[in-house]
Parts: sequence; structure tokens; C-alpha cells
Amino acid sequence: MLKVLKSGFFTSIQDAGRFGFRNKGVPVSGAMDARALSKANSLLENPIDAAVLEITMTGPTLLFEEQTYISLAGADMSATLNNLPIENYRVYKVEQGDIISYGRLESGFRAYLAVKNGFQPKKVLGSSSQYFPLTSKKCISERNEISFEPTVHFEPKITELKIDAYFKQKVLNVSKGPEFEMLNDIHREMLFSKEFTVAKENNRMAYQINELIEGHKVTMLTSATLPGTVQLTPAGKLIILMKDGQTTGGYPRILQLSKDAICVLAQKKSGDNFSFKLY
Amino acid sequence: MKSYPITVKSFGEHAILVEWPNKVDDTILEDILQFTKFLKSRLEEDWEFVASYNSLTLVSNAISIDFNNLKKELLNFYTAMDYTQKTERFLWTLPVCYDAEFGLDLDEVARKLSMTVSELISNHAANEYIVYGIGFLPGFMYLGGLPKELETSRKDTPRLRVSKGAVGLAGKQTGIYPQDSPGGWNILGNCPVPIFNVNAAEPCFVSVGDKIRFEAISRAEYDLHKIEAEVGIYKPKKMLLDA
Repeated sequence: MLKVLKSGFFTSIQDAGRFGFRNKGVPVSGAMDARALSKANSLLENPIDAAVLEITMTGPTLLFEEQTYISLAGADMSATLNNLPIENYRVYKVEQGDIISYGRLESGFRAYLAVKNGFQPKKVLGSSSQYFPLTSKKCISERNEISFEPTVHFEPKITELKIDAYFKQKVLNVSKGPEFEMLNDIHREMLFSKEFTVAKENNRMAYQINELIEGHKVTMLTSATLPGTVQLTPAGKLIILMKDGQTTGGYPRILQLSKDAICVLAQKKSGDNFSFKLY
Repeated sequence: MKSYPITVKSFGEHAILVEWPNKVDDTILEDILQFTKFLKSRLEEDWEFVASYNSLTLVSNAISIDFNNLKKELLNFYTAMDYTQKTERFLWTLPVCYDAEFGLDLDEVARKLSMTVSELISNHAANEYIVYGIGFLPGFMYLGGLPKELETSRKDTPRLRVSKGAVGLAGKQTGIYPQDSPGGWNILGNCPVPIFNVNAAEPCFVSVGDKIRFEAISRAEYDLHKIEAEVGIYKPKKMLLDA
């Protein structure tokens, strides 16, 4: 078991996602930064969809009650193991009684902690990802115990990965969304020349954008939306749906983020800037 | 069978969108369901199908889409569609307790619509509503087919908390809140049976294309059905619709 001594700002269990229930309105959920999830898991030779902890902005303090091996990925939150600094994208052995804690957020916004063979909470509709009210809690809290299988010995084939700081990128690659053609020249000019900033309304469901672009009067029938769908409201507000985003929506879907761009955006916080680029 | 002019649009690396004419129309919905059934029998890859009003979105979690090829393939499938295997659509009868305890806005809505509370209830329960989509929240049904005389504006001030199961009315829509949430719809009653239940073998018994009818029940029946649903023995009434 992993015991939560302090929960941090918002820490949740996430895997690759909950698939097969979009037609019943269930968001896919899963790690916001899928790239960090897969890197953390691959170092431990876990299945790529093994469940990890997704740690947002301020990290938790966690007590290991059994031996295992861990890896960290994503944002740099000055993690320590028994008060000694540890780094992203390396495998560490942890002993019973070891404590991992986090300090200052140095870069990015979401950090990931993986254990050998993954965390093993009770799955709901085929996934370990926390999403309330499908799962009883939306995130972890103090005194929770999160289960995993202890590992006494493991010899990793790779002990360290070199990862470019992709989340420092300021360009989000997008393709045209289904309603792109409704945009006029002013819309297009604004979308691809302006720098945008992440609004304080940003979470696992959606990222809102501070800057408005030109509004519109297009009405449409409710239709499917995806993680990475950029919606444009009649008032000209841009909303980018993320992993816990609703599965249908009624606002025009003007752009669609690439899979990698979703990872890049997942590492941005309120006030960070970026621009869109068609690819 | 009538076939429609459909368009196929690109929707990112993992999805593709098929659109029918921009109308709320049961025969279009029927055609979308028919096409979905046909595609499920023909496409080899593992796709998720999201049907809603006039569109069908195919999502693949595994493969990256070759848009031009898939578009061609889908248009060919549509032309070759087999109409002999009809889709199965069901009419569900859902119990609703319209007692004043749950129907917080019955008086106000009845006054606005110039009818008595009992006329409002019997009108609301007399109709069959078509499920044009499920989304927004797990198990939230977009219901069409509200009669004109029941159209009413949303509440001026939304409530901070509307209870799970609350049956609401606003604009051209009626529906059930699948979980406690803020909301601006007028509340007429409460349905004791969850539309979405993660512990059930089939977590959401309703599918897009089904129809819903509300049946007024007493407070005692409400309590009974609520307990039945909690222990997992409530069986919602269903009927196969004639195609």
C-alpha cells in the first residue's frame, strides 16, 4: 500500500482512459499528459496503460508501506525521496517506510508517479482513472491507502530516459475541426496570429482561454466532442476540452489539438501563453 | 428506404464525423442508427460510435486515421447499406413522482403555461420523447418531442444544487439530471431510478434512438422503486418499438 500523508492540491489515480462508453456520455478520462504516462510506465516495463498518480501543481506526501520501484515523469516539482532530491525519468528503488514528497513547482503543471506494475485500485468500467461520480472520489485525500503489488527485485533494462522539455513548447499543433469552415477571415487571422493565455478556469475537463476572438451566430445540433476539441462560443470565447471533458457539445468545434498538443497543454497553467498552428 | 446526402468530415487523428442534413428528425436518427449497425458488422477495427441528432462520430482509440481512404470507404458502405436487418429501438417507461416535495416549480410553470398543475403533469407524462443524444454527463439524455404547449423559459436564477433524478423542463427540452449538479431548468418531479449505474451489468440501459415515457407514481411507489434500484432488482418497463 501507498499511504497518503498529505494529498497536495489535486492528485488523482489515472491510467490510459476509460473506453467504450462515450455513447453513454462517459468521458474518456486518463492521464492528461499521455506522453508522460507512457514514459513513466515504460521505464518500469509496465503495460503502457498501468495506473499512475497524476499530481497537479502542488505535490502530495506519500509513505510506501512496501518495497517497490518507482519512476517520475512530467512536471518538475522538486521531488524528494526521504528528503534527498530525485529526478524525472529514472528508476528508483523504494523501501518500506520511505517517504516521497514534493517541493516547488519548477516547470510544467502535472507530474506523474509510477510504481512497478502500476497502482491497482478497483476498476470502474474497465479503468482505474478517478472520475466522480463514476468513482466514489474525484481525487486522493489524506489517509487514503492506494494498493500496489510489492516488488522486491527488478532489474530495469533502461535506467534513465532523456526527454526533451516538450511541455515548454509554446506552439500547439492543431487540425481543422468539423466547423472550421464557418470561420471568417477575421476569425482565422486572430486564431493564427495571436498569442493566447490559459485562463484560471482550467482543469481536467476543459481549459478556458483569456483572450476573446470574434463571436458568431452559428447554431448547431449537439454532436460529439473529443479531448483536444477547441470550441468557440457565440461570445468569441475559446474552450479546449480535455480528458474529463463532456462527450457531446453544442458549440462549433473549430480546431482539434493533436495528441501531442494535448500533452503540451496539460503542462500549462493559468497565465501561460501559447499559439495555434495548423499542421 | 430513403437515403440522405451525407458528408464526411475530418475530426483529428483518431475520429471521423459523418453528418446528415441539419434537422431534428426521427427518420434521420433511424438512418444514423441503421448505418451504425451496418458499419459495426463491416468495419474490422475496434471503433466507438457516438450518434447524436444528425451526426455519427467514429472514434478509434488505437489507430490513426487515413482520412481520404476512410471517407471513401464510409461513403461506399452508405451506398451499399443493407436495410433488411432493422435496428432495435425500445420504449422505456420511467417512473416519476410529481409530488410537491420534488416538483419544486410545478406551481410556477403551471401558472406560466396557463394550466393547472394536474394538467401540466398529465401533459408531461402523456408524451413519448425521443432520445436524440446521450452526453454532457454520463447518462444525460437529450430528449426531443416536447409538445409546443409545454415550452417554457429557464429559471431566471439557476439553482446551485439540483438533485440527482430531478425531472426538468426548459425551452424545447425536458430531461433528467443524472447526478447532483447546478441547473437552471424548471423542476417538475423526480425519477427514483438511475439512468446511469456503474454497478449494473449494462451501466446505461437507454440508447440513442430509444423513446422515453414518464409515468406518474405516488410517494410510496417512489420509495419502493428507489430501494429496488439500490439493491439492483428494479427492472424498467420496456417495449420493442415497431420499426
